[in-house]
Amino acid sequence: MSQELYTQLAQAVIDGDEKVAMSLTKEALTRGLNPLEIIKEGLTSGMEVVGEKFSRGEYFLPHLVMAGNTMKASLTWLEPALKTSGMVRETLGTVVMGTVAGDIHEIGKSLVGTMLAANGFVVHDLGVDVPTSKFIETVRETGANLVGLSALLTTTMSVQRTVIEELTEAGLRDQVKVMVGGAPVSPQWAQQIGADGYAEDAAGAVTLARRLVGADG
Amino acid sequence: MQPKINLLDDVLVERIVAEGFELLQDPGVKIHSDEALSLLADAGADVDLRAKVARIPQPLVEKALATAPSGFALYDGEGNVAVRYEGDHVQFDPGSAAVNILDGETGQHRKPVTADYVRYAQLTETLPAYDAISTAFVCSDVAEEIGDLYRLYLSLLYSKKPVVTGAFRIDTLHVMKDLLVADAGSPEALAARPRAVFDVCPSPPLLWSELTCQNLIDCARYRIPAEIVSMPLAGSAAPVTLAGAVVQHTAECMSGVTIHQLANPGAPIVWGGAPAITDMRFGSTPMGAIETGMIDAAYAQVGKRLGMPTHAYLVASDSKLIDAQAGFESGMSALMGALAGINMISGAGMLDFLRAQSLEKLVVDAEIIAMVKRLLRGIEARDDSLGAALIRAVGHHGEFLGQKHTLTWFAQEQHIPSDVVDRNSLTTWQNAGSKTTVDRAHEQVKSLLATYQPRPLPDEVRRALRDIAERAARQFGMERLPPLPGDAD
Repeated sequence: MSQELYTQLAQAVIDGDEKVAMSLTKEALTRGLNPLEIIKEGLTSGMEVVGEKFSRGEYFLPHLVMAGNTMKASLTWLEPALKTSGMVRETLGTVVMGTVAGDIHEIGKSLVGTMLAANGFVVHDLGVDVPTSKFIETVRETGANLVGLSALLTTTMSVQRTVIEELTEAGLRDQVKVMVGGAPVSPQWAQQIGADGYAEDAAGAVTLARRLVGADG
Repeated sequence: MQPKINLLDDVLVERIVAEGFELLQDPGVKIHSDEALSLLADAGADVDLRAKVARIPQPLVEKALATAPSGFALYDGEGNVAVRYEGDHVQFDPGSAAVNILDGETGQHRKPVTADYVRYAQLTETLPAYDAISTAFVCSDVAEEIGDLYRLYLSLLYSKKPVVTGAFRIDTLHVMKDLLVADAGSPEALAARPRAVFDVCPSPPLLWSELTCQNLIDCARYRIPAEIVSMPLAGSAAPVTLAGAVVQHTAECMSGVTIHQLANPGAPIVWGGAPAITDMRFGSTPMGAIETGMIDAAYAQVGKRLGMPTHAYLVASDSKLIDAQAGFESGMSALMGALAGINMISGAGMLDFLRAQSLEKLVVDAEIIAMVKRLLRGIEARDDSLGAALIRAVGHHGEFLGQKHTLTWFAQEQHIPSDVVDRNSLTTWQNAGSKTTVDRAHEQVKSLLATYQPRPLPDEVRRALRDIAERAARQFGMERLPPLPGDAD
């Protein structure tokens, strides 16, 4: 019985159908199903299919983002249920990410967030023009182990360095791995400012994040 | 709205048509075929049998243009309409009758053999950009006398698509007709659903050889669609002015349509060609020259004015390998032919003045054609509100990737190319081995050939085709045909 519901939920994620996913999630919770199982058997298994289809060239970015949004919407119902029952979701890690202060470029960064969420990370996307202090606070509050900093302008690249310095200042640098990205950013720049890695696109960011948290052994 | 270009204004079109009529009366057309000359004489043309020249009065030509159908369809091996020769339908097939193949492994131009043809037919079958297959090159491992029909035989064995072909001799056309009848099941089935169109080429200026003229008449009698491939070579075998070359093309096509319609009124026939300019440095006749494409677009406009289905030779390059020249020449000419609304555009895969075919170039050209076909679909209003409602709803966040609207429309609005076209980032491209277009095309040829699905051909049809081809081979001293892949014996 529950397996059928999970299959439907997975399908809703594959279809990027937020409405259906939300109602199935509510139904699953009403039936008293384990929230962790709903996530694993429904949402994550749907996302896996989406990821496979994407890498085979059958699915495209809009499918990926729609599926990611669908999963996110379901999680807004599941996370409170997890909290009440004292359960902890098994994830690859927690990412705090955003576009640095002074820079309002959103698309690439959002895509990275969606891809990371789709691949088993808990993502706190702080948006654009994020004050440096906001990064520090959120890392502290969430106990994140990854930070993602986006900058699309040569004039705002240097803020990536500032955030890293502030993380050190706040005594949080050892707790997190820092990834940087954006059009003017390069692996050399990442190394120069003491970041832990650079990726060129969203798919690369997932590979990098998995490597940084040691998920690939 | 299908985008369209016209290179000629209305006045110029009428002047070209008028000069075409004029030429058919003076100096007339030289025709090395007694049958054609007597058809014309019986219909009222002024025929000089000794000089083999027919002066054709305008009303006779006008009558032929009126009885010639304004459109017809070609059918695939399963009996479906696959090509429409009419209106502004634009379709593509590979170039025909190359004498060389650019070997994808060695990079050498060499004589093609049966195994090459099988690979070509299989590859074309997997590429949806090609609406028809052409009998692309002549296999050097069979007797020269059966070179034409052998290509058709292999095409029918390995492809379901309609065939753009042609005969090299008078007698082999009948054998090729027999192949098509065997494929269709009966002469009636073939007449009802023609599978192939035959190119017939007048010689510039204003001359029909016995071979091509007889082919033209025989096609008409069999009601096998014929395609006049007139080739004014501007500056050497035609006037150097582009308008002058189009006048010569017009007169040659008019004469072909007249002979054809006298032989069998209402039989399908195409206003086609393979013109070129003459390069005044080398005397070569470049297919990739912009002016060559301009002559094609212009004569297509004339053909349309006269209510004829159209054909042209484009998407070919004069480069000897797949390089930037091959890309830009093929791309530009494909675009021009498509915007001119030409029904069948032959020439893809061709290099070296139509001397060489290349499987890798066919794969690259398929990308050009897919993009051009996207262009022809034009820009449509998909919603009541074109964009304002959506942009307002999304607001200033700039997040369109996650909108249902994007998911609904992206695959119709955008053509998604194959991996032959590189749109990766620098690093991804480098990590994948820094491959050139040709490297990627070569890989694509291999991976597409691996996906080829054999044509489900009943054994008796296969046997009938083989019997016809073998009989013709024996007639010309070949005891047996080269083995085909998968042959038991």
